[in-house]
Amino acid sequence: MSKKIVVLAEVREGALRNVSFEAIAAGKKIADGGEVVSVLIGDNVSSLGQELFAFGADKVITVENDKLKQYSSDGYSQALLAVIEAEKPEGLVFGHTALGKDLSPRIASRLKSGLVSDVTVIEEDGGETVFVRPIYSGKAFEKKIITDGLVFVTIRPNNIDPLPKEEGKSGEVTSLNVNITDLRTIIKDVVRKATDGVDLSEAKVIVAGGRGVKSESGFEPLKELADLLGGAVGASRGACDAEYCDYSLQIGQTGKVVTPDLYIACGLSGAIQHMAGMSNSKVIVAINKDPEANIFKVADYGIVGDLFEVVPLLIEEFKKIKAS
Amino acid sequence: MNIFVLMKRTFDTEEKISISGGKIADDGAEFIINPYDEYAIEEAIQLRDAHSGEVTVVSVGSEEAEKQLRTALAMGADKAVLINIEDDVEESDQFTTARILAEFLKDKEADLIIGGNVAIDGGSGQVGPRVAEQLNIPYITTITSIEINGETVTVVRDVEGDSETIETSLPLLVTAQQGLNDPRYPSLPGIMKAKKKPLDELELDDLDLEEEDVEPKTKTIDIYLPPKKEAGRILEGEIDAQVKELVDLLRREAKVV
Repeated sequence: MSKKIVVLAEVREGALRNVSFEAIAAGKKIADGGEVVSVLIGDNVSSLGQELFAFGADKVITVENDKLKQYSSDGYSQALLAVIEAEKPEGLVFGHTALGKDLSPRIASRLKSGLVSDVTVIEEDGGETVFVRPIYSGKAFEKKIITDGLVFVTIRPNNIDPLPKEEGKSGEVTSLNVNITDLRTIIKDVVRKATDGVDLSEAKVIVAGGRGVKSESGFEPLKELADLLGGAVGASRGACDAEYCDYSLQIGQTGKVVTPDLYIACGLSGAIQHMAGMSNSKVIVAINKDPEANIFKVADYGIVGDLFEVVPLLIEEFKKIKAS
Repeated sequence: MNIFVLMKRTFDTEEKISISGGKIADDGAEFIINPYDEYAIEEAIQLRDAHSGEVTVVSVGSEEAEKQLRTALAMGADKAVLINIEDDVEESDQFTTARILAEFLKDKEADLIIGGNVAIDGGSGQVGPRVAEQLNIPYITTITSIEINGETVTVVRDVEGDSETIETSLPLLVTAQQGLNDPRYPSLPGIMKAKKKPLDELELDDLDLEEEDVEPKTKTIDIYLPPKKEAGRILEGEIDAQVKELVDLLRREAKVV
């Protein structure tokens, strides 16, 4: 049965995040021939609407207000609830991002609905939409269905392919006026810590370091390699606990769970907690001095050697290829 | 200050996961306080010590969670409450847990409610925001610092690596992110004292809830393990030749760069 699905688009530093396009594709799948309405919330965001049409949105609604310039749960939920009131969708899709994780449970709770978080695959099974999600940080998977209320899901970035972009496909962006009142939390300051804008959870390539990196400066070659490949740097808990890097880089059962196309593990032994956070990456490369290191058990390709010798050679090799 | 901590008992992170009878096998497994809830307990204790008041740790689950609640008491919490749903609730989801917690908390006049931002087993991170919504109080997720100054609360929130400084007021619900603090180990005197601290057990009846009120909105229809990865290739030869081979494999075989 076809459904109408509302999909929240996310803007970061003036551009739409890739997960917004993935969410449209997820919405289409759940809609089963129905309409996908993409919603843009913010201040001065309507110019981004056409790109959402190009990625498959059937309708684009903007809610613009200077009180929505920065995300707040109060502001965004007022905006989104107004859209839901106007559109009466059967379901909603969010990215499983900081924003989606913060906002979606509140809206689902308000509408007395369930929510399947962190979905990596959406399947059809006998007319029922089935959602696959990792549990125990990827040590296992579960399949879930929604039994009551609206269909709420958050999708993990990098797992559901966006629809091919149709250049030139456009439409009329509808704007909805919403009176935003009583913001109970106010952002006073934002310090950007993330390196070079590539977010760990959305990165296609991750170069991660463990205790073998030995120091804060030991992360430099890893950063250089990540930059060269347009990726992000991650770390094991060991490296974070030793203060070689910030906790925001931690990958594992505590920390982030990532699924990039390429994961390069450097000087990282492969504790079970770390492996839970990265073992579903598409291709894993391990570089470690210890041939017995656990990480080699999940690696597609391994080099037994000193990362301080191997990583600079890798940088050199990739530079050569880029130049040619 | 009247502080409540939401706590979940979870598998130890060291545990391998296996499945029997369509469920995650838990016989013989070690259980711990969800690591993110440990930060929440520690923060609650520190805030109580700084501002006076009381810390109550609440868990929805089975009788087995008593052990983790005792550990929280040994760390320094004042009271614990177990809402035992073992006999009443056959299936549950985040809607169920949040509904029960909100019902319990609604007349407790909590100034501050702290939970972990996510549990390492189910990994959904929904319960905190859901509880706040039902209590109609503001919430801030994934916090790395909280300061309370009279009526004003200043919180630092981790947003995918960025830090947002947010001002708000009590009552408030926050969820802990790694980096918030360094949770203490229970001391021996702490463990002794914990034995005498109150640990109340409630059931749905005590909260005037019926089973239908907490019926889940989602259903798990299958649980399975990821396909076992085949052992990969350990390259051989001189290091620089290995590096060349690796780059070639990544480009031509794996096609990821």
